[in-house]
Amino acid sequence: MSVAPAGRPPASAESAAALGLAPLLTTPRARPGWLVLPARVGAMCLVELQKLRHDRTELYTRAVQPALWLLIFGETFTRIRAIPTGGVPYLDYLAPGIIAQSAMFIAIFYGIMIIWERDSGVLTKLLVTPTPRAALVTGKAFAAGVKSLMQAAVVLVLATLLGVSLTWNPLRLLGVAAAVLLASAFFSCLSMSIAGIVLTRDRLMGVGQAITMPLFFGSNALYPVDVMPDWLRVVSAVNPLSYQVDALRGLLLGTPSHLLLDFLVLLAAAAAGITAASCLLGRLAR
Amino acid sequence: MTLDPVTPDPVTTVTVTPAPLTTGTMTPGTTGTGAVPTGAVPTGAVPTGAVAPDAVSCHGLRYSFGRTRAVDGVDLTVASGEVFGLLGPNGAGKTTAIRCLTTLLPVPPGTVRVFGHDAARERMAVRRMIGYVPQQLSADSSLTGRENVALFARLFDVRRRERAERVALALEAVGLANAADRMVGTYSGGMIRRLELAQALVSAPRLLMLDEPTIGLDPIARTGVWEHITAIRAATGMTVLVTTHYMDEADQYCDRVALMHAGRVQALDTPERLKAALRDRRGDDAAPTLEDVFRDVVGGDLDASEEGGDFRDVRRTRRTASRLG
Repeated sequence: MSVAPAGRPPASAESAAALGLAPLLTTPRARPGWLVLPARVGAMCLVELQKLRHDRTELYTRAVQPALWLLIFGETFTRIRAIPTGGVPYLDYLAPGIIAQSAMFIAIFYGIMIIWERDSGVLTKLLVTPTPRAALVTGKAFAAGVKSLMQAAVVLVLATLLGVSLTWNPLRLLGVAAAVLLASAFFSCLSMSIAGIVLTRDRLMGVGQAITMPLFFGSNALYPVDVMPDWLRVVSAVNPLSYQVDALRGLLLGTPSHLLLDFLVLLAAAAAGITAASCLLGRLAR
Repeated sequence: MTLDPVTPDPVTTVTVTPAPLTTGTMTPGTTGTGAVPTGAVPTGAVPTGAVAPDAVSCHGLRYSFGRTRAVDGVDLTVASGEVFGLLGPNGAGKTTAIRCLTTLLPVPPGTVRVFGHDAARERMAVRRMIGYVPQQLSADSSLTGRENVALFARLFDVRRRERAERVALALEAVGLANAADRMVGTYSGGMIRRLELAQALVSAPRLLMLDEPTIGLDPIARTGVWEHITAIRAATGMTVLVTTHYMDEADQYCDRVALMHAGRVQALDTPERLKAALRDRRGDDAAPTLEDVFRDVVGGDLDASEEGGDFRDVRRTRRTASRLG
C-alpha cells in the first residue's frame, strides 16, 4: 500500500522545466497513517469555514428561528412558570436547549449536501483521493460540527442579549464546543446514513422533517425529564440530544448534571454514527 | 519522438510531443481485445534494467448493475506515456469501466492494475497515482478556484511548505492564474473544466483519467481544453486515459483508441491503422473517418440498439450540459 510509485521518465523533466512545471512532477509522499485522519478532518473543516466566509447568509437566516424560540416561547413560558426548572428562570433553562436544537437542525440536514455533492460529482472526486471512507465521513461530520459551532455561538450571543446569565469561563466554553461538535458529528452522520439509504434529496428532506421534531420534543431541551410520561422518558434516555442538553446546562448554567455520562454517550454516539455512515457511503458512490 | 519502424503510417495525430511517446505496434488490421503494444518504449524512458509497468492493465473486467451488464469482459492495456481514448456511444460502458479503474467501483483482485498496483488490494496506492476528472462538473462553485485546487492538494498530502507554490503552478498551467481568486460560480464551462484539470494536476498524478472532458462545451472551449491536456502531457510525460463519444477528438488527440460497445472493446488500435484497415477492407479510395470505423465494427447493431444510456445517464449528461451552457 505504501510502495512508492516509480520515477517518471527522465526525458520529461526538461520539457517540464521549460513550462515551469518542475515542482508539479513529484508525487507527494503519503503521510504516516495516524496523521491521515486529522489532516483530512482539518481540510474538510477549512473548506466549511471558507464557504462561510464567502457567504454568511445562512448564518443570519438560521439565527431567526432560535431567536423566535427564545423571544416568544421563552419569554412567554417564563411568565407562566408552568415548568419546574429547579429555581432557574425559564429563559435561562431554555437557552442551552435552543443551542442544542439549532445545532442539531443544521447537522440533521447535512446529508442533503452529501447528496448534492454526489449528484454534482464532487463526492466522486473526493472518493478517488487517498482518503479512507471513514476519514472522509469523519471530516464531513466535523465540518458539519464547525457549522453548528458557528450557529451555537450566534445563539449564545442572542441569549446573552436577552439577559440570560451564561458562563464566560473559557474552560467551560471549551466543553460546550466539544459537546456541540460531538453531537453534530452524530446527527450529521445520522443524516449521511439516511442519505446513503434513501439516495434522493426529496426523500431525505421528508425523513429529516419526520425525525427532527420527535428528537427535539423527545428530549429535555424544553422541559425536564421529570415531567415527562414514562414512555417519553424512554425516548429521552436513548436520545443523544438529551445528553447534549444536559451537558450544556451543566456547563453554561452550573445546574446539576452528569457531565461524564453525557460526554461518554456523545462520544459513543459519534463513533457509532461515523461507522454507520462510512458503511453506507459506498451506496452513494455507485 | 521515437516511432516504431514497422508503423505503416508514420504521421501520428499528436502534434507536440517532446515527451517520450509509446506507439502501439500491432500489425495492421488487428482488432480485438487484449492487444499489448510491444517494443516501442524508447530506451531513454525507462531506467536500464527495469521494465516500466503498463499504466493500466485490465483483464476480464466485468461489472453489472443488477441485471444490466455495464462492462462485460474488457481487456485492455494502456502503455505508460500515451494518450488513450475509450470511445463509444452513451451507455457503452465507458464510464463504468473508468469507475472500476479509479477504485470507485469494487473489482475482484487481479483484474485491474495501475502501474503494477492492484486496484482491489492497494486502493490507496492506486489513488495516489491517478488524477480523476469525472464527467459531471465537480468543482465546488461556492469556493474560489484557488481554494478548490488547495483542497485537493491537502487531500493528496501536499505539505504546507510547497502547497501554495504547487497550487499556483497548477492554476497557471491551465491558464487560470488571473481568475484564481474569483468564485467558481462566475466561471465559464471551459474554465471550470480547466480548473478541474488543475485540481487533478496538483498532486502530480502519473495517470490522468478524464471522463468526457469536453461534454457540453462549445467547439472553442473544447479545443482549449484539449490544448491544455496535450501541453501538460507533453510537459510532464503523464499517461492520459480519456473517454469520449466525439470521434473527431479521439482521432485528433489520441495515440490509441479502444472502441467500446455493449460493454465490450470491439476494436483497439491507433486511429490511423483502424482507418487504414477499413479502407483496405472496403477496397475504395474514400478516406474513412473514425466514425465510419465505429459503424463498421459495431455493424447495424448501433442503430438497432435500444441501450443508448439509461435515464440516469441522459439526465447526468444533460445536467452537465446545462450547467456548462
